[in-house]
Amino acid sequence: MSVLLSARGLRIAFGGLKAADGIDLDVMEGEFLAIIGPNGAGKTTFINMATGYLRPQAGSITYDGQPILGLKPRRIVKAGIARSFQLPQLFTEHTVLENAALAIAARAGPWAPLAPLLQRRFRAEAEELLDRFGLLPLADRRADALNEGARKLADIAMAVALKPRLLLMDEPTSGVASAEKMAVVETLTRVLRDSRVTAVFVEHDMEVVARFADRVAVWGQGKIMALGPPQQILNDPAVLRDVIGVAPVGDGAGTGKEGAHAAT
Amino acid sequence: MSRSTEILLALIGAALVLALAWAVPWLRFVMTIALAKGLAVLGILLLLRAGQVSFGHALYLAFAAYAVAFGASVVPETLVLLPLAALGAALLGLVVGLFVVRYREIFFGMLNLALSMVFYSVLEKFYAITHGTDGIRLPPTTFAGQTLSNEAQGWAMLVLALLLSLGFGALIRAYLASPMGQALAGIKTRETRLEFMGISGRRVLLAAYVLSALMAGCGGAVLAMTTRHVTPALAYWTASGELVFIAILGGAGSVFGPFLGAVAYELTRVYAAALVADAWQMILGLVLLLVILFAPGGLWGMGRALLARRRSA
Ligand SMILES: Nc1ncnc2c1ncn2[C@@H]1O[C@H](COP(=O)(O)OP(=O)(O)OP(=O)(O)O)[C@@H](O)[C@H]1O
Ligand SMILES: [Mg+2]
Repeated sequence: MSVLLSARGLRIAFGGLKAADGIDLDVMEGEFLAIIGPNGAGKTTFINMATGYLRPQAGSITYDGQPILGLKPRRIVKAGIARSFQLPQLFTEHTVLENAALAIAARAGPWAPLAPLLQRRFRAEAEELLDRFGLLPLADRRADALNEGARKLADIAMAVALKPRLLLMDEPTSGVASAEKMAVVETLTRVLRDSRVTAVFVEHDMEVVARFADRVAVWGQGKIMALGPPQQILNDPAVLRDVIGVAPVGDGAGTGKEGAHAAT
Repeated sequence: MSRSTEILLALIGAALVLALAWAVPWLRFVMTIALAKGLAVLGILLLLRAGQVSFGHALYLAFAAYAVAFGASVVPETLVLLPLAALGAALLGLVVGLFVVRYREIFFGMLNLALSMVFYSVLEKFYAITHGTDGIRLPPTTFAGQTLSNEAQGWAMLVLALLLSLGFGALIRAYLASPMGQALAGIKTRETRLEFMGISGRRVLLAAYVLSALMAGCGGAVLAMTTRHVTPALAYWTASGELVFIAILGGAGSVFGPFLGAVAYELTRVYAAALVADAWQMILGLVLLLVILFAPGGLWGMGRALLARRRSA
């Protein structure tokens, strides 16, 4: 397996707070890498740096062997990295279908000058996309009329619509009702595996991490405190106590749930 | 509202304007002016879709009007002057746009205002070239090579203004429904998302800005050839404010709004000025207040609600 995204020596501080203090992290092509860590650790900041939204004070990031630091977010998108957001970023005055179609059109451009956004080509693909995410029944709702879970899904769908090679998701299941969480993750996994997307996702729910991730990186005090397969990381008492502050998931599913809430 | 309904409404509207101009001859002039302003207001509407308000768009209107005034002494041909002046305004819009689309909201609005006032000062101060506040009188222009009587030229300008209004109305309607127009509306709600989809919000806004300058330029050219007199007042900030006023009065929800608003505005202005000479600005102010408070969709929004009620009744 080859390295798709590689961060070396990333450093960024806000005031005195070191969100990244020498981060080295490789994302392998085809894997699902989870990033866990306490609130305010710097997980979102990492996604912001990898997508050109924030510039680290030191270090480098390469994607597919090419340096990407200093590129504008839209250049990085064009290079194949898409992201979803911790707080869904939807076009609130547009319908869900229009949101999806606009993302599809953005990828498919250049645009025929006056052809409508909802022309057959974009509409069909948007409907198909929404269907895969179970959002088709909500297609004609305005984005600001959705509940949080649906907003979250629509947000991810828009990133998937860009057909990225690498998808960075910031807490994909936060806001999704716990009863639906696993179903959502199943769907998402299927969509991403089908299209052979490499995924990095920040997650607070350890059950989701256990089921979804190939590897887990633990982010704390600006460093990668531990990195490895979920069975190993999620049962490492030191990691759990020092970094997440929860009891091990292990076989006791009950404690796992409580732990997930404690970390949110 | 379906496409065919809108086409029908546009044609009815055009017929009404012509009928009015025919029945009350001096309204022909008023209608031409209204449509010319409506074209500029259509540009304001475009920018409003992106959540941006320009308080300086009279710049483009005045620029084209002066371009026509200067050009008329060289080539006094309507069908040459109009497109050249409009293209000149669009070019100016491109140059200014490259700068102002970097800003949003109050900064965008005020920068536009500032630049229009710079142009105003230039027009006012360089007396040797522009004749200052006296302005420039235009010689009569030919129409497709024909020298027309005043009467015929008046009709020609009205028909030209109508055709431009119908053409740009249809164009902007399609534009707004296209990915460009939808991305433009996306600037208002979530510009960062556009960037993370690979779209430059600035470029999307720039395209709309240039288009708005082009339309204001068409309006300015028609205005100049209809009034045959241009003065720096065309570029004064109140003229820009008037365009924003009309946009809100007419309603930003549809391409009908600007023209409905402009016709209502000009008629109110003419009649109110005749009835209560000193108080017509007050009347306009009250009308604007009422529209903002009770009919945020403007006249077009009110009209459409009435139509819908009649249909469902
Ligand atoms: N642009 C910024 N300017 C100033 N401070 C920032 C900025 N971005 C992040 N921070 C701060 O850096 C720290 C790390 O933030 P970040 O959002 O990366 O945490 P996180 O790990 O994603 O946390 P959470 O789990 O709560 O989402 C926080 O204290 C945050 O307030
Ligand atoms: Mg975060």
